[in-house]
Amino acid sequence: MLGRVAASLFWMSRYMERAENIARLCEAGFRISLTPKVGGGYKEEWLSTLRSAGVFDAYQAAHEEVSGENAINFLLFDERNPSSVRSSLTAARTNARIVRTKLTRDMWESLNDTWIALQAVSPQSMSNARLPDFLDWVRHRTAQFRGALLGTVLRDEGYYFSQFGAFMERADNTARILDVKYYLLLPDHQSVGGAIDTYQWETILRAVSAHRSYRHVFHEDYRPWRIAEFLILRPEMPRSLRYCYDWLAVTAEGLSERYGEERPTAELVRSTHQLLKQSEMGAIFQDGLHEFLTDFIDRNNRLTVSLAADYYFDPTA
Amino acid sequence: MEQPLRERALPRDTVFNEMLGPDGTPRPHYATLCAWLDEQPARILKRKRAEAESIFRRLGITFSVYTGSEARTADTLERLIPFDLIPRILSAREWRLLERGIEQRVRALNSFLLDIYHRQEIIRAGRIPAEVILMNEAYCVEMIGHRPPLGVFSHIIGTDIVRTGEDDFFVLEDNMRTPSGVSYMLENREAMLHLFPELFAAHQVAPVQHYPELLRQTLEAVSPVAPEETTLAVLTPGIHNSAYFEHSFLADQMGAELVEGHDLFVDEAALYMRTTRGPQRVHVLYRRIDDDFLDPLTFRPDSALGVPGLMDLYRAGRVTIVNAPGAGIADDKAIYSWVPEIVEFYTGEKPILKNVPTWRCAEPEALAYVLDHLPELVVKEVHGSGGYGMLVGPTASKKQIAQFRKVLKARPKNYIAQPTLALSACPAFTQAGVAPRHVDLRPFSLVSDRVRLVAGGLTRVALKKGSLVVNSSQGGGTKDTWVLSE
Repeated sequence: MLGRVAASLFWMSRYMERAENIARLCEAGFRISLTPKVGGGYKEEWLSTLRSAGVFDAYQAAHEEVSGENAINFLLFDERNPSSVRSSLTAARTNARIVRTKLTRDMWESLNDTWIALQAVSPQSMSNARLPDFLDWVRHRTAQFRGALLGTVLRDEGYYFSQFGAFMERADNTARILDVKYYLLLPDHQSVGGAIDTYQWETILRAVSAHRSYRHVFHEDYRPWRIAEFLILRPEMPRSLRYCYDWLAVTAEGLSERYGEERPTAELVRSTHQLLKQSEMGAIFQDGLHEFLTDFIDRNNRLTVSLAADYYFDPTA
Repeated sequence: MEQPLRERALPRDTVFNEMLGPDGTPRPHYATLCAWLDEQPARILKRKRAEAESIFRRLGITFSVYTGSEARTADTLERLIPFDLIPRILSAREWRLLERGIEQRVRALNSFLLDIYHRQEIIRAGRIPAEVILMNEAYCVEMIGHRPPLGVFSHIIGTDIVRTGEDDFFVLEDNMRTPSGVSYMLENREAMLHLFPELFAAHQVAPVQHYPELLRQTLEAVSPVAPEETTLAVLTPGIHNSAYFEHSFLADQMGAELVEGHDLFVDEAALYMRTTRGPQRVHVLYRRIDDDFLDPLTFRPDSALGVPGLMDLYRAGRVTIVNAPGAGIADDKAIYSWVPEIVEFYTGEKPILKNVPTWRCAEPEALAYVLDHLPELVVKEVHGSGGYGMLVGPTASKKQIAQFRKVLKARPKNYIAQPTLALSACPAFTQAGVAPRHVDLRPFSLVSDRVRLVAGGLTRVALKKGSLVVNSSQGGGTKDTWVLSE
């Protein structure tokens, strides 16, 4: 397989995952903005959402004011935002088009249909009344793509590159959401009043669609350290850092097996995976949650660089 | 009451109607289709047309349009080539004639190419003036003395054919460099099988689906190594090229790798592609970029599409480039008028397919005639692959003709002129119902150890009433082309 083709499979999946994550973030942000007087007010919430999406600087370059309308438009449709849902879906499709011949028909049609339908959606049409439907639609379409991929694609090297893309993106997203609000999750966090904290915690969980599964796992009210544990260390939570690296570890092993050799990427995955398997929340809090998350995000970024180097993603490099 | 679907009346001019005979009754090979058309309500065909469009769009069978406006991304510029639902039918007898004629012509043109880069017998024999060949911009001096595998220069050829009467087929262009359109031939057939299975049940339609297999066999036959050890790659300029869909389609159908220039590199021994496992050797490169861009060390130094050092490797026989560099001279418009001579010279036979009568403006008598008859002629610039700097007399304004007259007088050598042909018409499904529209035909032939041709080709149709322009950039569409077996 051409290195450039491997890169496109990686980025196709990564951008699809990103589109889904941005839609979830937007959903959570929109919900809390409808809740009166939370924390620093809804502006603070949109700032947090933009930070979690990793697009705060780009937003500031494009807009002077923070408003719900601007933030939603920027997150969903703005082409100046390389991570907007529109930009992500377009980038996913462009990469898919480059590697058309490596995709199954189900995958291509799923992605292409999504992109075609998106052409008909304008930011102007996105009223508050229609936003929830649109966000649902994005989640359904990305879920359908993932289903088409998992259900039809050959488990050859291309599959492994696509899985690297999806789960590195997911891990990065969860880590960012936690890091933007890490102070709310510290055990010694000074509660400002029950209802408001509950909203804040729920927002974090909603951003990764985990507000219901939390209760299934813990059978109790939201407790900040439990939320952190759920999203970092629990292997049964499909958007937790641990789960992502369980998957990446299997992916890295599968790829090494196909190639009959390990490349540096495999070791990098293994060390982060070990770290997540062996850590306890007590120790993480003691050493600093923020420090832990920053280190994780950095490791995850290094993995992208390493994978690209090991498998010749860039023909000009 | 629905409008009658089919235009019964014949056009009053001399256009040859492929479906209906002079008395308005269908020709035998069209009888079943004609009866079927008469039974179809327009709304069914409309629905099928919408269905076809959605099939093509979902599959991403699009071509790119360049507008020069930078604000829009390439993705917003993807267009569908209009697809006409009604198949064009050729009888077994008609196809036999075309097949023999095309095979004769592509063999002769390949012999011509081998000859002009070696002993130049045709020049020595005084059949074509030396300057017509040696001074031609498409003559590639880098190929002098090089013998490609099996002596074949042009392996993939799209011969453009127009028809004016029962047995009057003319070759309009030979397209010996990198002809495109074959993916539309294949996808049009897929769409028709999906939309109208009952029509296939009622006709014996020769298959076209094995084209990619024939293409692979053709490419493997000219490989520097054994066919089973051969790695094929299709070289594309990239995703923004108007024919990218076709490049990726053919690579996929052949099981070949689709590569861009920067995926490739050479050392003294071989051409390699950069894979996730490291370098992998490529033996046959089916390139879909022009000669000029192949190798910046040999041709255009600013080309980023090609591979530095490729030509040296090619001349050393370590890799086969398909079609060979320098093949383009065989379809140059300055050579076109000599093709009947070429066919006779290399085959010893009379040409089976006719050339369109052509005035070479380099010759004073021809020039005088052309200048006197500009409003009725098509004047074309020689060199290049067409479309630029031409005059279509019958549709040009007086001012355009006056301007062109000056250009022509200044550089007569750069031009040839041809009469405007009354292209044959086939039924098409138009806004007004089923009506005759002008068509041409591009069958694709494959040349290596033997000549391989699938029965059919790409039919292009001028969907605008009265228009003779079949190009997709100017309102042309495509149709499925059926060759019936007996």
